[in-house]
Amino acid sequence: MASEHTVLQFSSPSSVSFTAKVHPLVIFNICDCYVRRPDQAERVIGTLLGSILPDGTVDIRNSYAVPHSESSDQVALDIDYHHNMLISHQKVNPKEVIVGWYSTGLGVTAGSALIHEFYSREVPNPVHLTVDTGFNNGEGTIKAYVSVNLSLGDRQLAAQFQEIPLDLRMVEAEQVGFDILKTTMVDKLPTDLEGMEASMERLLALIDEVYKYVDNVVEGRVAPDNNIGRFISDTVASIPKLSPTAFDKLVNDSLQDHLLLLYLSSITRTQLSLAEKLNTAAQVL
Amino acid sequence: MANTVARSFLQVAATEEVASPLRVVQIEGLTILKIIKHCKEFSPALVTGQLLGLDVGSVLEVTNCFPFPIREEDEEIEADGANYQLEMMRCLREVNVDNNTVGWYQSTLLGSFQTVELIETFMNYQENIRRCVCIIYDPSKSNQGVLALKALKLSDSFMELYRNNNFTGEKLREKNLSWVDIFEEIPIKVSNSALISAFMTELEADTPVTQCDYDRLQLSTSPFLERNMEFLIECMDDLSMEQQKFQFYYRSLSRQQAQQQAWLQKRRAENMARRTAGEDPLPEEDPSNPIFKPVPEPSRLDSFLITNQISNYCNQINGVTGQSFSRLYLMKALHEN
Repeated sequence: MASEHTVLQFSSPSSVSFTAKVHPLVIFNICDCYVRRPDQAERVIGTLLGSILPDGTVDIRNSYAVPHSESSDQVALDIDYHHNMLISHQKVNPKEVIVGWYSTGLGVTAGSALIHEFYSREVPNPVHLTVDTGFNNGEGTIKAYVSVNLSLGDRQLAAQFQEIPLDLRMVEAEQVGFDILKTTMVDKLPTDLEGMEASMERLLALIDEVYKYVDNVVEGRVAPDNNIGRFISDTVASIPKLSPTAFDKLVNDSLQDHLLLLYLSSITRTQLSLAEKLNTAAQVL
Repeated sequence: MANTVARSFLQVAATEEVASPLRVVQIEGLTILKIIKHCKEFSPALVTGQLLGLDVGSVLEVTNCFPFPIREEDEEIEADGANYQLEMMRCLREVNVDNNTVGWYQSTLLGSFQTVELIETFMNYQENIRRCVCIIYDPSKSNQGVLALKALKLSDSFMELYRNNNFTGEKLREKNLSWVDIFEEIPIKVSNSALISAFMTELEADTPVTQCDYDRLQLSTSPFLERNMEFLIECMDDLSMEQQKFQFYYRSLSRQQAQQQAWLQKRRAENMARRTAGEDPLPEEDPSNPIFKPVPEPSRLDSFLITNQISNYCNQINGVTGQSFSRLYLMKALHEN
C-alpha cells in the first residue's frame, strides 16, 4: 500500500489570506505600455515592484514593461533588460522590490506558467496580475493570482493559479481627482477655488439626499432602515456641540486671523510694486 | 495631417526656423501620477526627474518621465547619475516610450523654487533642447486637495540677459524687464489614452465623496499658513538686505559724482587761469584718478528672484485664506442648521 504516502495535495507557501493592493500608477503604466506595444505583439508583460506590508498584503506600487517574444509553445523574456531596469529602479527607491509580474489579457494563458516560474526564482511567491486591456467580457477585468503547487507526494505535478482578492481602491487617484484622470482631455487644471466649489456642491447634494430620505421615512413613503438611521445620527452627532456664543467667537476669531493674513499679503504686494517703482526712479540720477 | 505628409524635408527645415511660441504643455495622466509618486515618497526631501515627450508645434507633449536618484555631493556618483540617465533612456526606448527629453520636474516646499539653481539648470537644458519646460509639484499643497502642478519656462528676454550676465539697472530698463517677466507659466492640459479613460471610468468608486473632497474640507490650515508666513518673513529680510546693498551703491555713486564735479570745476578754473597765462589747457579727464573708476553695480538678479518668491507666497496666502473663508462660512451654516 504505497498510497499511504502518496497524497495528492495543494501546497501554498502561505495559504493564509493573501491580498494585493494596486496603485493607480501601475494600471496607467500597463495601459501605456500596451498602447505602445510593438506591432506584432499580442500582449505586454512586465515586472511589478512594491513591498509586502506588515499585515501580509502585497503592495504593488510600481511597474515596468519587459520586452518578450512569444510563439505557440515558448516564451522568451529579455532577462538582461529586466535586470538593468531593476537596478535602475532600485537606485531611485531601494525599498521597492520585485513582488511579481503582470500581463495583459483576460486570465491566465498557457505561457504564463513559464514566466511565473522565472519570477519564482527572483522572489518567493510572486503575484501575477492580469489586466484585460481588450475588454473581452465588456469590462476591464483586473485580477491577481498566486501560484499553488500541486504535488503528488514529493513529486511536483503542476502549478495552479489561484485568484487572490485585489484591492482596487485608488486613494492616490482620488487625491488627483478622477475628473482629470478619466477623461481623454482636460483643458485646464482646476484652481483652488474651483475645486472648493465642486466639493461644496457635492456636499450639498449629499445633504439634500439625506434630507429627502429622512422626509420620505418620516412621511412613511420608504421603509425605514435602522442601519442608515444610525449612520445619519452618528454623522449629526459628530458635529461638536458648542454654545452659540462660543461658536461665534471661534468663527469670528479665525475669520479675523485670515483677514489679517490677507491684509498683510496685500500690503506686501503693494510694498513690492512701490519698491520697484522707487528703484527704477532712483536710477535716473 | 495630409499636408504635413506632402511637405518635403526642405520645406520642413525651412519652416522650422520660425518656431511658434510654446503655448500649452500637455501632460499624460501617467506622468502626473509618476511625478506625484516620486515627489511624495521622498517628501520633504526635494527630488527631480526627467520629462520625456514630443514637441509638436505650439504644444509640448509630456508623455513619460523617470525619476533621478537623490543626488549626493560626489564626483563619482555624479558620473554614475549620468550613466543611470543614459541607461534609463535606452531601456525606455526599447519599450517604445518617447525618447526625447523635453525638460525636467522637481518637487518644491511651499512653492520656494525660484532660485538661481533653477535658472542655471534651465539654461543647461536650454543649450541642448530648443524648447524645454520645468514642471513644479508641491506635495505640501496637495494635502489640501489641490493639484499643485505648474509648468514654467524662462522668458526669452530674460534668457538673453542671463547669457550676457547683464543685470544692471540700465539694461533692465532698456529691455523693460521687471521681476514678473522672469518666469512664464504655461497652461497645462491633461490627456489620457482612451484605454486609461475606460479603465478609470470602470474603477471609479460609486461613492460621491472622494479623498480629494475630504482633504479640501479639512478645516485646519494654520500649520500651512504659519509656514508660509515664516518663509515670507525670511524673504522680506533677504529683500531688505538686497535693498540696503542698492542704497549703499547709490550713495557711493552720488558721492563719486559729487567728487567728479568738484574735480572738474577745479580743473576748469585751473585751465581758465592757464589760458589767460597763454598756456595749453590741461585735459578735462584723468583716467588715472581713482574717483573716475566706475563703482560696480550689484546684480539685480537676486532681488528679482526674492521679489518673485515673495509674490508667490502672497498668492499662496491669498489662495488658502480664500478657501478658508468659504470653509468657515460653510461650517457656520452647517452649525446653524
